[in-house]
Amino acid sequence: MPLLSIENLSVEYRTSAGRSVVISDFSLAIEQGESFGLVGESGCGKSTLLMAIMGYLGRNGAVTRGRILFEGRDLVGLSDAELRQVRGSRIAVVYQEPSAALNPSLTIGRQLMEVPLLRAGTTVADARAQVVRMLGDVHLPHPDSVMRRYPHQVSGGQKQRVVLAMALLANPALLLLDEPTTGLDVTVAATVLDLVNELRQKYRTALVYVSHNLGVIAQVCDQIGVMYAGEMVESAPAASLFASPRHPYTRGLIASLPALGADKHSAPLIPIPGSVPSPMAARRGCAFAPRCVDARAGQCDIGAIAIRPAAPDHLVRCVRFAELAPPVASDAFVADAQQDGEVVLEADQLSRVFKVGRLRLVANDALNFEARRGRVLAIVGESGSGKSTFARILAGLDAATSGSLRFRGADVATQPVRRRNAAQVAAIQMVFQNPDGTLNPSHRVGRPLARALRRFGVARGRRAIDARVRALLEMVRLHPAVQHSLPRQLSGGQKQRIAIARAFAGNPELLIADEPVSSLDVSVQAAVVNLLLGIQASHGTTMLFISHDLVLVRYLADEVVVMYLGRVMECGPVQALFSPPYHPYTEALLSAVPLLDPSAGRARIRLEGEIPSPLNPPPGCRFAGRCPRKVGAVCDTVPPPAREAGDGHLIFCHISLDELRRVPPVFGDAAAAVVGAPTTASSRTDTH
Amino acid sequence: MSDVQTRPLIAPAPSLPAMPAIEPAPAERRAPSLLRRLPTSRVAMVGLALVLFWIAVASLAPVLPVPSPTAHDYAAIGHPGPGARHWLGVDPLGRDTLARVVWGARTVLAVAPAAVLAAYVVGCAMGLLAGYYRGWVDVVVSRVSDVILSFPVVVLYVILIANIGPSAMNIVVAAVLSSAPAIARIVRGLVMSLMHQDFVAAAELRRESDLYIMLVELLPNCRGPLITDFCLRLGYVTIAIGTLGFLGLGLPPPTPDWGGMVKQGTAMLTVYPGMSLYPAFALVSLVLGFNLLADGLTELSMSD
Repeated sequence: MPLLSIENLSVEYRTSAGRSVVISDFSLAIEQGESFGLVGESGCGKSTLLMAIMGYLGRNGAVTRGRILFEGRDLVGLSDAELRQVRGSRIAVVYQEPSAALNPSLTIGRQLMEVPLLRAGTTVADARAQVVRMLGDVHLPHPDSVMRRYPHQVSGGQKQRVVLAMALLANPALLLLDEPTTGLDVTVAATVLDLVNELRQKYRTALVYVSHNLGVIAQVCDQIGVMYAGEMVESAPAASLFASPRHPYTRGLIASLPALGADKHSAPLIPIPGSVPSPMAARRGCAFAPRCVDARAGQCDIGAIAIRPAAPDHLVRCVRFAELAPPVASDAFVADAQQDGEVVLEADQLSRVFKVGRLRLVANDALNFEARRGRVLAIVGESGSGKSTFARILAGLDAATSGSLRFRGADVATQPVRRRNAAQVAAIQMVFQNPDGTLNPSHRVGRPLARALRRFGVARGRRAIDARVRALLEMVRLHPAVQHSLPRQLSGGQKQRIAIARAFAGNPELLIADEPVSSLDVSVQAAVVNLLLGIQASHGTTMLFISHDLVLVRYLADEVVVMYLGRVMECGPVQALFSPPYHPYTEALLSAVPLLDPSAGRARIRLEGEIPSPLNPPPGCRFAGRCPRKVGAVCDTVPPPAREAGDGHLIFCHISLDELRRVPPVFGDAAAAVVGAPTTASSRTDTH
Repeated sequence: MSDVQTRPLIAPAPSLPAMPAIEPAPAERRAPSLLRRLPTSRVAMVGLALVLFWIAVASLAPVLPVPSPTAHDYAAIGHPGPGARHWLGVDPLGRDTLARVVWGARTVLAVAPAAVLAAYVVGCAMGLLAGYYRGWVDVVVSRVSDVILSFPVVVLYVILIANIGPSAMNIVVAAVLSSAPAIARIVRGLVMSLMHQDFVAAAELRRESDLYIMLVELLPNCRGPLITDFCLRLGYVTIAIGTLGFLGLGLPPPTPDWGGMVKQGTAMLTVYPGMSLYPAFALVSLVLGFNLLADGLTELSMSD
């Protein structure tokens, strides 16, 4: 008998606008100790499924059909008291936001000790011993000191470890994880994933792991289910799912990720058109059909489609899966940029120091690099590395404290927007990270476009402006009528496209894209990246692309700058950066990328701890404190020298180039493997 | 920028395979604005009904079949209780209570909204400046607000009116002085959180003026909390006008004024309580209307 078996589950919510079916005809079986991954875009019902298992559907939600058998007992219809017992001792959950799971006014020790004290009624001394042991198991250094601290006194990654410890203290048979690494930096997320794997082996706990990130799922799960619009559309063991995906949606998700080692000159990203349908929408036949290139009228839209085996233990909910040919790689789609474009942007010893009381916060420290016309320069690094500070200085939203930043010959380092002339302002424009904050919620979306056209003198008169707004919307592949919508009516991807149109209204020479796709679903991310690259290439715009996602950077950049704590660690052409010699920090970032094919052997190094505070940084290498290849005291005291690895490739490290060259490539021969691009803020917008 | 018109907007060659098709404009997906959803809140509708009742009374005062509010019926002074000629009785000077309640609504509904509107103009300006510029502007605005807000409101009113004399204009001035700092605080807080939003940075990247950013980008996004506060504040000012009237600092006689009527009636409260109670009921119901409306709006904005 499986540990958890969900049979033909349907979940509905009643809202003021009517009933909405959030999960329909969903089945799944998980054995003892097995780990099951649920993947799909936001709004597909993944989180709702976890809520249904926990019995947390709320007052307006209900299971309308089916059973949730856990250890042979149907959880649907249990009384609150019975449910509480199951939740506390047999099933535990870890959510995306660890701070929300911890009580800020109690010490970590006290909260953790409550679990054995309340559940098992152990003595205080026993509870303390258990908690100390568990904190050791989740690799928190100095458990005794952690127990005395309050949640705000530990970092985000440590908090997630504490929450994992809390969940495991109850010794549950089933652990539900809802995007537990999504808000964390790549290097930290990688260590948390390692930990989940290790704990799973140790405690033989079964997992249901929910994520929008295929790569993350591939790291921890043996069995994977793909959810779309509340249905399981494909379910298979991890290896066969990624090797031979059968459902068009699964194929679409994989194709929208850049292949490891691919770049914009070799293969396009293939987005899935459209968006997840509203659970209120009436549907006939396949829910995915409206977005599916292989959908056929009369076949896909006539009736409910059953999930059928395509192979032993590989289930697919598609009437046409047997006829569909495996996807073929398409042709290159972005022409090569000119190699020797003139230098349009040149940072020279650029620094930005914030004064915090008597302390100095060095956000940017002596940055030196240049960008050439028509090319894409990517800046990568974890959050807190000073990428956005640099972008704000360049855009004129902030000013440097020393050094120069020459744009077309003029130094703009200390020239905020107000002191730049109209042409300079129009020439440098920006696309921001958060689609929800980028548009004024009170204005129709056409308004910032028209306003930008008028302010930059691109068009005069209502008719000219109106025509130009339409052209801009068409350029970003939106219908002209969208200009009359309010931002809240648009999806995240549509908002980012408006933001791109706004940035291009003044025909900029330089576009700053500050993590423009990191909060979008992968399928949408591909569309926005394609759009950006297409417009950038056709306009000959220079693009500064800020990202923490190395695979995406590998795909779209021409040159890369790797930053850590305000300093450049390594810079150079994109191909040079992704093969040895690496800076140890770049090597660590590459090692943290979650690959779709976990079997692809690769050298891994892991970083301890998290990015430290940039207050009063040490005189030596910024990375010395976390560097796994630290040479010795010299790293702490002497700034590392620039080592020239040829072709403009610079590595700032005390280790000699010869020694760095001996490091094996991180991805080995796995260059063909597909990679799950990590994104930071995923929206937990499943309908409630 | 002469080359702008000649440069093609859409690239012909490099964008072919993966460009998404043009997407249609979305239909209205979420519920419309706060005010349009008002009918779904019962609390708000009761409040609105009370307020509308008094607005109707006030605007229809000249045509309602009531005597003049300033005419003295000396014959009735001996028997000031309710009767056929004076449905709600008369006051100690022989003036018809019903007429004075009706015309008093006119007074309060003219003065209170004017006072609140004026307070909003001043308060929003203060809050926008403090939240947008921060630094010393914020320090000055915030400290001045702190000083004013540390006075008990009634004491503040009494000091002001006693010094500048009772008149409708001066009541407005007093309301502005006592309410504007509180409004400024709300606006300042909202502006400070909005300033982190990228659409403000985007406006700066168009070189918009400070005034444009404050009035066009920031202020419209403060409207949710401000609509609720506006209703509550109408209630507060109505109470304040009543209090001033009761203290003899309201509108100069013989203007009908609910607070003043309550005060006049207190002498005969034990014998003819109606003299004080009817205007008091009027005052209470109007304030209740404003407060219920505010509660309803809060409730609606929470359920968003």
